[in-house]
Amino acid sequence: MAHRRPAKDQPQSFEWTTENQDWCAAQIRKYPDGRQASCVIPFLWRGQKQEGWVSIPMMESIARQLDMPYIRVYEVATFYTMFNLAPVGEYFVQLCGTTPCMLRGAHDLRDVCKSEIGPEMQISDDGKLSWLEVECLGACCNAPMAQISTKQGDHYFEDLTPENFKQLLSDLRAGKDVKTGTQNPKRHTSDPEGENTTLTDPSLYDGSAAKPLDKIPNAEPAGAA
Amino acid sequence: MLEDKDRIFTNLYGLHDWRLEEAKKRGAWNGTADFIRMGHDWLIQQIKNSGLRGRGGAGFPTGLKWSFMPKEIGERPHYLVVNADESEPGTCKDREMMRHDPHLFIEGCLIASYAMKAHACYIYIRGEYVDERNNLQAAIDEAYAAGLVGKNASGSGWDFDIYVAHGAGAYICGEETALLESLEGKKGQPRLKPPFPAGAGLYGCPTTVNNVESIAVVPTILRRGAEWFTKFGRDNNHGTKVFCISGHVERPCNVEEAMSVPLKKLINEHCGGVIGGWDNLKAIIPGGSSVPLLPREICDDVLMDFDALKDVKSGLGTAAVIVMDKSTDIVRAISRISYFYKHESCGQCTPCREGTGWMWRVLERMAEGDSTTEEIDKLLEVAGQVEGHTICALGDAAAWPVQGLIRHFRGEIEDRINAYRSDRGAVSMAGVAAE
Ligand SMILES: Cc1cc2nc3c(=O)[nH]c(=O)nc-3n(C[C@H](O)[C@H](O)[C@H](O)COP(=O)(O)O)c2cc1C
Ligand code: SF4
Ligand code: FES
Repeated sequence: MAHRRPAKDQPQSFEWTTENQDWCAAQIRKYPDGRQASCVIPFLWRGQKQEGWVSIPMMESIARQLDMPYIRVYEVATFYTMFNLAPVGEYFVQLCGTTPCMLRGAHDLRDVCKSEIGPEMQISDDGKLSWLEVECLGACCNAPMAQISTKQGDHYFEDLTPENFKQLLSDLRAGKDVKTGTQNPKRHTSDPEGENTTLTDPSLYDGSAAKPLDKIPNAEPAGAA
Repeated sequence: MLEDKDRIFTNLYGLHDWRLEEAKKRGAWNGTADFIRMGHDWLIQQIKNSGLRGRGGAGFPTGLKWSFMPKEIGERPHYLVVNADESEPGTCKDREMMRHDPHLFIEGCLIASYAMKAHACYIYIRGEYVDERNNLQAAIDEAYAAGLVGKNASGSGWDFDIYVAHGAGAYICGEETALLESLEGKKGQPRLKPPFPAGAGLYGCPTTVNNVESIAVVPTILRRGAEWFTKFGRDNNHGTKVFCISGHVERPCNVEEAMSVPLKKLINEHCGGVIGGWDNLKAIIPGGSSVPLLPREICDDVLMDFDALKDVKSGLGTAAVIVMDKSTDIVRAISRISYFYKHESCGQCTPCREGTGWMWRVLERMAEGDSTTEEIDKLLEVAGQVEGHTICALGDAAAWPVQGLIRHFRGEIEDRINAYRSDRGAVSMAGVAAE
């Protein structure tokens, strides 16, 4: 289990933006009547996108909104590791350290984080960056990798090397546009580097697969009667 | 080896447009309403005949699972919940299906829901997959706009709603009952079974939980026929499968292959081989971090399917192949996996909450050599105490990699212990406590 506690310094209050109020209403409609508690994770996430982290006033406000006891919201906010219970850098780097990434050099990337940003979970002096080692992010065929979150978005950066990672962090710091996804110019996504060994037959893409089926396989003898 | 014409995920790498129009050209949504008109029982029978086994790790026959749902809708609605939590280390296939082939997947959700008489489907996607979630939602919006889902979905006469929900970073929410708890707005702690989800699942209603891949392959199986699917793989292990190959290979990748493909062939044909050549191979974890590793000798000729890997005391799991060459510190590699389970334990069972941390701490010391040969037996014993004594299979998943390590690399751990001791003369305290 991960031990997680809210920050000491908390804001006075929390308020949704108007846009987010509408968004919340649409979420509640996804669930049956009386099951609005199902929205607690999406609401906390949206709140985090709005404010950068999840505060106690936010939890209290969401509890009222979803008609849940406050402690149930607190329980969810502290259980799920994606909720930042304290402020993070403008660019929040979540570096994957699990074995497939470790085998391909995650340790070296950790050193880059330490030298370029500072100690884990401390915001850099310019307020731009902070970092955290996280568990497998489900992109292991493009290891090693990190997810970098901002208020605008959350993107994966894959096939990292100490060199391209350092460059990436400095570009972000400078406010430059960066390429998301794989940083290996010889890959597209999770295809093998260089030439692909599969999915090269052009007939897969010429529209022939869209021709109406002559018959449904195994339609007889059950029959369509 | 599988030919392109028999691949289901023709846009696995996102080299083509994922949107509706292009997806249709690749065959998605072709004949959907016709399949639905064949009826619930026919659909379930086709999936049974295809031999499809769940792609989420446990390999339970999908058609059989569907047949556990009540035959008629009673007082409570039926649900299909799709498990898109994909958090098993090594695994990164569902992600590609959702962001690159979302229409095949959505079509599968409709057909599977209809087969089980569900009018609603929730897809629970891991919180970190933000871009993937956005793509999937955009594809669902397209499907609604085109009348493929929604009222009278695809003109089938069946009303069908499909929703995307998400987690926020918890591996345990991949366990199906923890997932349901999370979807209900609680912390993700697995439920005691029974009742099973087919009896009382989401909101206490009959529910089936399936992996993304299990659902996404359904439309193609119907279009090509169950016997097409059974052409691939050995008996009881049929179909095509997306393998995720990571670690020490020249070119890591996801690739769709036939079940029962030889492991060595998979790596040599699609990944350019092990770094430094096959002889430089140390061990492979063949099915995601939860399954025991295999030393090179076994990797030489083992087949990649449920039964073949079970026969060598491992498992196909999620078909995530993690390759480790001779440069790997095998004890540290497994110790990092133990750390993962310690981090992800939900904490409600004592053997898991305490055992995962204990095993990790002991392994960290063993990686240094700071241990005793007796402690290796102790470690095995503790792993045995965790395995099978917990509410959910995370306990087993934490024990198996450790057991696999000791089974195949005990000698290496002992060498390290001996080296550590000879470096220091006599070692006074051979760590009895794990701390
Ligand atoms: C700790 C744990 C984590 C799991 N994570 C996942 C997961 O991320 N995705 C998944 O599909 N199944 C996962 N499973 C398996 C599910 O509980 C369930 O068996 C599966 O979703 C059923 O789908 P299938 O029959 O289509 O394979 C996990 C199981 C356990 C015990
Ligand atoms: S085995 Fe571990 S993860 Fe599963 S319910 Fe028990 S404590 Fe939670
Ligand atoms: S181990 Fe890093 S993404 Fe899976």
